Amino acid sequence: MTTALSARVARFPFPFATDSYRYLTNVEPARTPVTTAAGGWGAGVLDVDDDYAVELAERAAVLAADPTRCQELPHMRVASWDALTTLLPELAAACPGETSLERDGDRWTWRNDLLGTARTFTVGDDDSLPEGPLAFLGSQIQDDVVLLDQREGALWADAGLVTFAADWSMGFDVGMRFLEVHGPVPRVHEAGVVQRAERFLMRLQPGEEYRRTNWTMTVDRRLDTSTETYAEWGRDRRLVVGDPALPDRLHLRVEVQHLIRLGVSNAICFLVRTHLLSLRELATVPEWRQRFGAVLAELPDDMADYKGLTRFRAAAVDWLTAG
Amino acid sequence: MTATLTAPGALRADDGRLVLEVAGVVDEVPGTRTLVLRRPGGGLLPAHPPGSHVVLDCGDRRNAYSLTGDGSPCEEYRVSVLLCPDGEGGSAFVHRLAVGDIVSASRPRSAFAPVSTARHHLLVAGGIGITPMLSHARAAVRWRRSFELLYRHRPGAGAHLDELRGLCGDRLTAYTSTPEMLAAVRAALADRPLGTHVYVCGPTPLIGFVEETAAELGWPGERVHAERFSADLDAGEPFTAVLARSGSRVPVPSGTSLLTALEQAGVAVPNLCRQGVCGECRVPVRSGRPLHRDLYLSETERAAGDAVMCCVSRSVDDELELDL
Ligand code: HEM
Ligand code: FES
Repeated sequence: MTTALSARVARFPFPFATDSYRYLTNVEPARTPVTTAAGGWGAGVLDVDDDYAVELAERAAVLAADPTRCQELPHMRVASWDALTTLLPELAAACPGETSLERDGDRWTWRNDLLGTARTFTVGDDDSLPEGPLAFLGSQIQDDVVLLDQREGALWADAGLVTFAADWSMGFDVGMRFLEVHGPVPRVHEAGVVQRAERFLMRLQPGEEYRRTNWTMTVDRRLDTSTETYAEWGRDRRLVVGDPALPDRLHLRVEVQHLIRLGVSNAICFLVRTHLLSLRELATVPEWRQRFGAVLAELPDDMADYKGLTRFRAAAVDWLTAG
Repeated sequence: MTATLTAPGALRADDGRLVLEVAGVVDEVPGTRTLVLRRPGGGLLPAHPPGSHVVLDCGDRRNAYSLTGDGSPCEEYRVSVLLCPDGEGGSAFVHRLAVGDIVSASRPRSAFAPVSTARHHLLVAGGIGITPMLSHARAAVRWRRSFELLYRHRPGAGAHLDELRGLCGDRLTAYTSTPEMLAAVRAALADRPLGTHVYVCGPTPLIGFVEETAAELGWPGERVHAERFSADLDAGEPFTAVLARSGSRVPVPSGTSLLTALEQAGVAVPNLCRQGVCGECRVPVRSGRPLHRDLYLSETERAAGDAVMCCVSRSVDDELELDL
């Protein structure tokens, strides 16, 4: 095993605490370090790892091919500036050697040696950042970003830059209410999970930060599994079943999602950071192999269907439990 | 605008409070004092939406005061406090503060933010109700939102008047006569474009007038906003948790959650959010009436009264017997 591989395992946010999984309003305060069987994660909001430059190059390519991945309704411009000015200092603190931020009032100078970026802009002045604050933010952090406006007693997904969606589409969801966004998800409406989540989010006060995890599975290290590109990746779910390389191709995909109440704009900033670990990498931690095998075997059919696991679930369980 | 919250400790016990130094005191007009507050060692303070307030420790009580800045991250907060000789004492406490004094404040709380989709913002302020409106006007100028401000003040006692003139130009109209002000408010409500939102802060009769006139003129309720301090979870009454299995008694003081009290008594309870949403910390109740304050239990479960989310909920009765 290479060192790059083990670093990926060591910081992987393995999400299962028991042998079964159900939907919950599983939110906890951000920045709480978590210890796992292989290492740990979660001390900060942004998690810059060895795949940083590769993933940002991939985001740029996806966006160039399909600019609709970045959406912003006109009233969300303040929120976009707010997200940028909240998260750049966060990135500067996470990578003190490789990045730097100088502020002279509203005049900000940002340097990022990891990507070779150097930019000066004026906060609030759209002309000083022609691609827009949201697109610029998305070029600097690995997380997908959704910004939700709060009004009329609801949250609205009115802006976002999402290139690494797990089978959904920002272009389709823009302008929807939080409850509508979650329309396709089974069980959560009856169980009150999303209603509770929305009430909780609407009560967050300026600067409050929470996080949660979500998971699914993906064939190959493919981050862009958006609805828009389904034709490119959908059939792999079927084809992977007979492939001897299945344990290397099938990945557990875990999203660490942050929920932050932005101060200036009052918007909710939803960050989705996607981590992929192949079954073979996962199996280097025997506890994870056993537990994920059990979770996958026990998962109710409707949830497995919704997550798109049905085709290969049995094959994955077989491999995991054979070890 | 000021609101006295009855109990001290009105915020969650784990709410990280700010320690602030009085860096300046400005007596702009008689009876109204502005405090400039900074971190003792300097440094940025949390950003906040326009119309936010902080809850300041004022001796034996806590008062909420509007922040008057535009809300961008900066090194100082300003609050303006009207001395109320007949009030409960919070304003007198503030008026005794001097440069160099240290005060404790909550982080900013937002309950009166502008609506981002509004095409025009009509701001209406009476007296010291100008404070959240100053914040709104500053942010509107910074972010180039369309707005106007109608401000009624007593002759010679218009807090922040010069500042507002400079900031707003002809978007400000100030009145010293109440009938003229009310006529102007009515006229504005009658002819502003569709998509306008109105925000009001001031004496109760002014708020009532705006709400009634807007309703009469057919304004939908979502476009009318009045500054009212939202009830955060209060500290709650003290009670005793009786643990049925061990027979031990755990006192739960005001300001401490049942979950924290149990943990301090060495009783481990699973928990995650500590906010009453995740459902992890549910504890079975044998007797006593729970005071439900969570978002998790359904109406039926609440009515059954046989379980409590111990991170936020408390007890109606002096004792709550838990199946622990
Ligand atoms: C506490 C907060 C939240 C909870 C409890 C929650 C819960 C969930 C759950 C259980 C799913 C199904 C996931 C799966 O099985 O793969 C889901 C999907 C999703 N969530 Fe959330 N969510 C939260 C916040 C958000 C926010 C802030 C957004 C931003 C718009 C969001 C957008 C989505 C989207 C786009 C999907 C996919 C829906 C589809 O299939 O089209 N969620 N969420
Ligand atoms: S800890 Fe989440 S509901 Fe109490």
